[in-house]
Amino acid sequence: MKLDILKIANKKFKSRLIVGTGKYKNMQECAKAIKISGAEIVTVAVRRVNISDRSKPLLMDYINPKKIMYLPNTAGCFNSNDALRTLRLAREIGGWKIVKLEVLGDKKNLFPDMIETLKSTEVLTKEGFKVMVYCNDDPLMCKRLENSGASAIMPLAAPIGSGLGIQNKINIKILRYQTKVPLIIDAGIGQASDAVEAMEMGCDAVLINTAIAKAKKPFEMAEAMKYAVLSGRKSYLSGRIVPNLEGSASTTKKGLI
Amino acid sequence: MDKNNKIKIIVNGKLLTVNFKFSLKNLIEQLKTPINKVAIELNKEIVDKKKLNKIFLKNKDKIEIVHFIGGG
Repeated sequence: MKLDILKIANKKFKSRLIVGTGKYKNMQECAKAIKISGAEIVTVAVRRVNISDRSKPLLMDYINPKKIMYLPNTAGCFNSNDALRTLRLAREIGGWKIVKLEVLGDKKNLFPDMIETLKSTEVLTKEGFKVMVYCNDDPLMCKRLENSGASAIMPLAAPIGSGLGIQNKINIKILRYQTKVPLIIDAGIGQASDAVEAMEMGCDAVLINTAIAKAKKPFEMAEAMKYAVLSGRKSYLSGRIVPNLEGSASTTKKGLI
Repeated sequence: MDKNNKIKIIVNGKLLTVNFKFSLKNLIEQLKTPINKVAIELNKEIVDKKKLNKIFLKNKDKIEIVHFIGGG
């Protein structure tokens, strides 16, 4: 099989697992889990520098942005203006143009505000950003995002950090059918089988944070997710058999005594 | 500016008192901020990091200095 490359905004990646860098016990644990996962893209957030305590460790000292692509996000933004401000600052830190937009609408379930998300996508695209968009799994809104120039469509499988797995499989299948840019499941993955399922449905990648960071053994889970994504992708590309309600013996009857 | 030639600025939500004719470059140096790992906003406008020495702070200026942290 020829090398299976993931292409986002004309950048090429071998790994189809994107991981978040939040919720780890410390930076060392985060860096090690990322290494084990084999991820080439990590999401990062933009926050104030702690001006009174300069001894706090910096993310860039643990995860080298020259080796692993930072994907700045807008975590915690609940309107378009805050999201735009955050990503413009992110670009200023070091020229990041590929960004993850997430505009939240509900504090409890963290579902995205799709009106604000669409508005932000339009502005950012015009400003030259390559926008990977966290969104709900509504095919109509996803199409609108794609038409506004989104570089990747990233529907939730379930609420962020919930670990509930893919809830609305029909919508994900419709999205797979209609989406021309990379389709990446973002949020809701709980265990390796969820990642396998997403990849078997033909998704181009999955983004996982909590399921790894909050597992009892994050390093083991990082490895499990790495293989889950590889396995699901291979399975998808291999052309599964047609499901059949009747049995079909695996052994020939020829020579039966 | 008060009679001691001091001005008050707000950096990342914290009130700081600095000398009159204090530049953004002075501020970054005083805070020992690694300039290549941050972005700076002055009164909600992004600042070109190459021009820090030319930007002098005024009383009540609001400065935000941000960097990347872990996030999902």
